[in-house]
Amino acid sequence: MKIAFKLNGIRQEVDCLPDRRVVDLLREELGYTGTKEACGSGECGACTILVDGVSKLSCLMLAAQLQGRSITTSEGMSLGKKLHPIQQAFVDKGAVQCGFCSPGMLMATVDFLQRNPAPDRQQIRAALSGNLCRCTGYQKIIDAVERAAAEMRDEL
Amino acid sequence: MTTYASPIGSSLKRVDGPGKISGLEKYAADYYPDNCLWAGAKRSDHPHALIKKIDISPVRNLPGIFAVLTHEDIKGANRVGVPEMDQPVLADCKVRYKGDPVVLVLAENKTLLQEAIDKIIIKYEPLPAVFDPEAALAENAPLLHENRNNKNLLLGGKVIRGNSIAAMSECDAVVEADFQLPWQEHAYLETEAGVARVDEEGILEIIASTQTPWRDRNELAYALGWPVDKIRVIAPYLGGGFGGKDGITVQGLLGLAALHSGGRPVKMWNSREESFLSSTKRHPGQVHYELGCKNDGTLHALNCRIVLDTGAYASLGGPVLALAMEHAAGVYRIPHALIEGFSVYTNNPVGGAFRGFGAPQVLAGLEQVMDILADKIAWDPLAFRLKNAVMRGDETGAGVWMSNSTAIIPCLEKVQEHPLWTSRQTWVSQAPPYKLRGVGIAAGLQGTGYGPMVADIANAKIELLPDGRFRIYSGVADMGQGNNPTNVQIAAEVLGQTTDCFELIQPDTLQTLPSGSSAASRTTYSYGNALKAAALQLKERILTRACNMGMGLYAEDLLLSSGRLYHLPSRREITLGLVAASMRPEERISIYSYTAPVNRYPDKINPDIRAAGFPHRVFAFACHLARVQIDELTGEVEVCDYLAVTDAGKVLNPQLYEQQVQGGAVQGMGYALWEDFKLDRGELLTRNLATYILPTSMDVPDILSIAVETVEESGPFGMKGIGEIVINLALPAIANGIARAVGQHIFKSPLTAEQLLLILEMRPAK
Repeated sequence: MKIAFKLNGIRQEVDCLPDRRVVDLLREELGYTGTKEACGSGECGACTILVDGVSKLSCLMLAAQLQGRSITTSEGMSLGKKLHPIQQAFVDKGAVQCGFCSPGMLMATVDFLQRNPAPDRQQIRAALSGNLCRCTGYQKIIDAVERAAAEMRDEL
Repeated sequence: MTTYASPIGSSLKRVDGPGKISGLEKYAADYYPDNCLWAGAKRSDHPHALIKKIDISPVRNLPGIFAVLTHEDIKGANRVGVPEMDQPVLADCKVRYKGDPVVLVLAENKTLLQEAIDKIIIKYEPLPAVFDPEAALAENAPLLHENRNNKNLLLGGKVIRGNSIAAMSECDAVVEADFQLPWQEHAYLETEAGVARVDEEGILEIIASTQTPWRDRNELAYALGWPVDKIRVIAPYLGGGFGGKDGITVQGLLGLAALHSGGRPVKMWNSREESFLSSTKRHPGQVHYELGCKNDGTLHALNCRIVLDTGAYASLGGPVLALAMEHAAGVYRIPHALIEGFSVYTNNPVGGAFRGFGAPQVLAGLEQVMDILADKIAWDPLAFRLKNAVMRGDETGAGVWMSNSTAIIPCLEKVQEHPLWTSRQTWVSQAPPYKLRGVGIAAGLQGTGYGPMVADIANAKIELLPDGRFRIYSGVADMGQGNNPTNVQIAAEVLGQTTDCFELIQPDTLQTLPSGSSAASRTTYSYGNALKAAALQLKERILTRACNMGMGLYAEDLLLSSGRLYHLPSRREITLGLVAASMRPEERISIYSYTAPVNRYPDKINPDIRAAGFPHRVFAFACHLARVQIDELTGEVEVCDYLAVTDAGKVLNPQLYEQQVQGGAVQGMGYALWEDFKLDRGELLTRNLATYILPTSMDVPDILSIAVETVEESGPFGMKGIGEIVINLALPAIANGIARAVGQHIFKSPLTAEQLLLILEMRPAK
């Protein structure tokens, strides 16, 4: 079936089986490999994307669900060469090690900070508890989200 | 004039950060070559069985199935492994664990691949199987591998110092305990993955998520019967490794697939379930400790027996045992010791390298026994450790000479004076209703590098590019620890450049030089030493050439800075591009080969144990403290505060150092509390992340890290490896905290809420 949606601001029309997983569509058909897969069953959060600004797990979504939606992936967060403030905070605060969870963490953070622009550390921990990381022990990720929230508030 | 910054010791941002957080960095799993086939394995569902018949007829002619391969299609020895080559790429006569690959299928897409795998029929004749390592050592136990003199014993040996049997009877207090340590799954986020193809010139090129590109290449040549000079292995940044990609994972199957794909590229990417099924795990251990001391607090005698279950294949089960034995006496002087070790084949999943490499299993036991013994003679547990801790020049109870920097005493002292320790009684007494509190500590060490018999060599290569920038050819894979970004920091320091003057080539057997595995806390230590020397050599060449070009008479008058070179007396400057233009291409490339020092002293160690890596020369040290709170109603354990004091030499980058401390401590907390890997007669019960519980951001506290910065003279800029020492002490520190809270030690880990609840319910009523 033909499915039309926006991906990182660009209109896409794909012809694929309606039950193709969104994570496969993004990675295999469209070449957006920033969206990772690490469990395929909604346990780890590595495949998190934004659908109309809300974080969703792309391994649990089917292509047909994208019809008419606007999708954002980690690749769409940086404008030109400049990193988004959340991305910059992840880099500056050392929140990225192997980096395989990082795009999913990023997308979950974008959604969370839209809903709560001034969170405390415990709220950040709760918000990211669906995203597994095996390298960092989470501490520097929490640091980065705290920093990003502060910077984004200053910009407003 | 550009400012000259000294990057060593500063929290320089990792150069891999922006690419990874933007989703643009390509991992092995991210390659989807045009026209590629998908490969996957049909795996054994028997723990031990003869293969009677493989029926591929139901799938051979299915649409979209390109090839169906068995061991008969393998031209080489069909065995991988190091140091023991005992693991088939595809099982031939029999299967040895539930998960052994038997048939390899190549299909046009993932769906067709799975359908075909499900339709293949394999007829087995089940054999008696053995799942307990002690039972596997029995005379009539089923044999995993035929024609082995030692039957199911992969490696065994003893360390004997003094006479521990006689000395034990001289002790005023003795404690004995048996510990059961579980499997631990690496659970890296990027499951095993790669792509492979054979090009027009017959080069088999494999891009894989691997910690060991060079070793893989040699193993693949032997196993697949393909010339080693026609194999190229490339290791992009890994999505985690922790030891689980220390050796062949999918590479053998991928290579085989590419040799039968008619020139088409092939991709493999294990599902999480297949990763759990087929990957190596931390060895489960049965560890017996008997430790005795005098009333004055002096440790006197140690008996220790270590049995590790290495599963169906050797993998690194020998070296892991050697390290377990080497670390079994921890950081203590003990004049009399008997340490026996056994690494045993069973029909369980394969045990292999995992961060800590044998040390977490033994330190979990030793450090709990230390606490119990301290209580028995009414000593403060920290004072008791201080009393017996080694200094430089001492030998540990295992007979390991502390020949290099040794700062365990300063680590213990930092904990001793820390408020988390000094205020512990107040904190414990302020436990809220229905909560019990305890504070535990543990101390330990971790060797760096490969030990006395396997040369720990790194070959660094750095090039001055024609445009005046530099290129570093990293020889050691980066599984996330940041050793390759650290290479930039080291070269920037030596060459006076900012980090944007560098580009980094990830390990590639065609372009970079063999430099060993990404393992053994050695990555920055060994490659960093080589790179520092290579960069110095290049610097001298640049300065000499600049003098030749009329930039002054004396090299010491010249200053290298970002992309430029200054003559200080005259303030004249030239670009490095100009210097590069006057150098021959081979002159612009600097190579240096570094070999790490070893302790070769003669000892009473069994030669097999020595060959497996006993002893090391350079050690990192640490003392960890955990404040735990137990819910009396649920048995749930909360780690409220955690302190990690580490001696890993000079800190090259505080941010990367903390990354290791925090991440290692949390992975250790998982091992201690939640990661309950379950098997039933070789059948995996925890098959994925829904049932095997990793720590989340909600489960762990912020980790407080203190660095005791000794100078390790053999390390680049005084550093030692930090990657493994950080995981070794969470389990014993938490266990000791729990024991102080509930009044009883639990010798079987993980220390689950179920176990705690059982103990709490057995308590006499208040």
